[in-house]
Amino acid sequence: MRITFPHMGTLSLAMQALLENLGLEVVMPPPITSRTLSLGAKYSPECVCLPFKVNIGNYIEAMELGADTVVMAGGIGPCRLGYYAELQREILFDLGFNAKMIVLEPPQGGVTELWGKISSLTRGHNILSVARVFYFAWRLAKSLDNVEKTLHYVRALEKTRGLCDIIWSDAQSTIGRARTLRELWAAETRIKERLATLPLRTGGAPLRVGLVGEIYMLLEPKVNLGLAERLGYLGVEVHRSMFVSDWVTHHLVPDPRAKILARKVKRAAKPYLRGHVGGHGLETIGHSVLYAEEGMDGIIQVLPLTCMPEIVAQSILPTVSQKYEVPILTLVMDEHAGETGLQTRLEAFVDMMRSRKKQGGSVLKYGN
Amino acid sequence: MVVVGVPRALLYYVYFPFWRRFFSELGVEVVLSAPTSEDFFIAGAKAVVDEVCAPVKIAMGHILSLAPHVDYVLVPRFVSVEPRTYICPKLMGLPDMIRHNGLKMPPLLAPDIDLSRGYLGLGQVLTETSRVLGKGWWECGRAFYRALPEVSKTRRQLMTGLTPEEAFHGTLRLHQPGRRLRIALLGHPYSIYDPLLSMNIIERLRSLDVDVVTAEMLPDEHIALGLARLQKKLFWTLSKMVLGAGLYFLHHDSEVEGIIVMSSFGCGLESLVGDMLERFARRQEFPMLHLTVDEHSAEAGLVTRLEAFVETVRGRTSHAHHLSPYGNAELGNASAP
Repeated sequence: MRITFPHMGTLSLAMQALLENLGLEVVMPPPITSRTLSLGAKYSPECVCLPFKVNIGNYIEAMELGADTVVMAGGIGPCRLGYYAELQREILFDLGFNAKMIVLEPPQGGVTELWGKISSLTRGHNILSVARVFYFAWRLAKSLDNVEKTLHYVRALEKTRGLCDIIWSDAQSTIGRARTLRELWAAETRIKERLATLPLRTGGAPLRVGLVGEIYMLLEPKVNLGLAERLGYLGVEVHRSMFVSDWVTHHLVPDPRAKILARKVKRAAKPYLRGHVGGHGLETIGHSVLYAEEGMDGIIQVLPLTCMPEIVAQSILPTVSQKYEVPILTLVMDEHAGETGLQTRLEAFVDMMRSRKKQGGSVLKYGN
Repeated sequence: MVVVGVPRALLYYVYFPFWRRFFSELGVEVVLSAPTSEDFFIAGAKAVVDEVCAPVKIAMGHILSLAPHVDYVLVPRFVSVEPRTYICPKLMGLPDMIRHNGLKMPPLLAPDIDLSRGYLGLGQVLTETSRVLGKGWWECGRAFYRALPEVSKTRRQLMTGLTPEEAFHGTLRLHQPGRRLRIALLGHPYSIYDPLLSMNIIERLRSLDVDVVTAEMLPDEHIALGLARLQKKLFWTLSKMVLGAGLYFLHHDSEVEGIIVMSSFGCGLESLVGDMLERFARRQEFPMLHLTVDEHSAEAGLVTRLEAFVETVRGRTSHAHHLSPYGNAELGNASAP
């Protein structure tokens, strides 16, 4: 059994650690390139959302390297993610790949079904060592997220442009390659030291922008064209609403702090959207309201074309923008997204925020 | 007397008789918007973000056209009409999308229809209608109870082969005698029955001497039979109808000779389900035509494709299925039409 999985930001490193610690053979899909996107777009339905297409590209490239089993997340609606795997299986079948798909999702046919799926991956381990492996993968995701979070703040302030990204790629390789808690701890400390000694500019608080939207587009820098880095280099401090470990915590770990935060987000969204609309539509509204209340200089929503929950959120965001007088930029992306167009829009948005800030926020209100 | 406007769009094609009865029991006047026209489409598209699908843009046009004539416009928040199954994220957020899009909008009557956790979810419908219309809770409950049989009555009427418009407004269609070609037309009710969006596809097919069968014309058991072939339960009511009926026609029905799937551009559900059905149909060498429509659809193109498809299907029936439905297309390169 040679296992592969789709890329989603740093989740793929955590997945790799999880599966390798279980003693399984892992085929990491090659990094996402334009070939991945065009393979995905060729074999996927035309109007499906971008993550689906990238997944298909990942699978095909991993199968070319000899993978034969896919581990994939699922769901029970109403977002399309819940039915991804069913169609992906048919597409791979029609392409002639004899792939087995293991879909991890809330069970429809009782808990035994889910346990059956997990135990096909954990043969030969007792429940304690499985728990230990899961905990390690979660810790790894968490520590990468902490590094990324710090980078989102300091990228706008670094004196020598590009140092941050060197640290980030080192962090991904050293922390991502750790397989025991001791190695992880050592790698983490080294990266933290390097971050702490990074030469920073002083004086003048940078602009602050909240990033909200669809989780895959937020987490995968190769697909969102490095949105967070671009903003960082434009001198903007980035606050992103979702991280891999938060997502895992929310779904798998009974953490009271996460529960409280989730409830706070839901309550913030309540006046604008009455109930959940699948995916992260409600969270997008809630986080936007919270960011606006925190006094962010702007909010950027990013979504793949035809994403249903985010379209609902996009339709509601103008009210949030008007009420809090905060500029909101919506970026809709698909496999044709061009870097120059994105850069121009971001520069214009940042310029607008900067002049608003200089003039006390009294100019350039939403629309007329 | 309070006047409530009902837009002739979205789930009007499923639940209109229910709402008509419900409001007449309450003594509320109902105004129905005119059949979809080009103007509705243009006005609606201006009032929503570009990314939403054509049916929602049309619905928006209907709502705007009703606004000057009524006190409230009925836009229910359809979450779910059966346990653990949903309608569609956009319909789940529709009233909020209308209220908060930054434009001036008419007041809405927007009850939550949520049966995902059982029938207790319906209490909100009564609370909301009694609050907005100023009627008593029990009065609303009685009207609701009396209107409920209309849902199954509509279902039975549609099973006789009528379209919703024919069934709701009592227009009779003369059945043509003799054995005619039967073709299934699958899609969300608000796509295939909307005269503008579907470009009257049902009438066009009938004028080509074709008997049209839609998913609404099948009994529930047949749809369940089709759905039983899936590995994972579908969690969208509208897609269950499309895919269930499609699989039923592919595997259990010998009368239907071809399938036409009509979806609107940007419809999230159909992007998955339509492609899935296309793959199943190809494996069976079953003729299937997938039409995607939006506000830019051109009639001439549609007519040509329909005529060609009907010719193919007719040719296959008279040549004992020796004609390939898909040319030499490789199965793997299925995505390009």
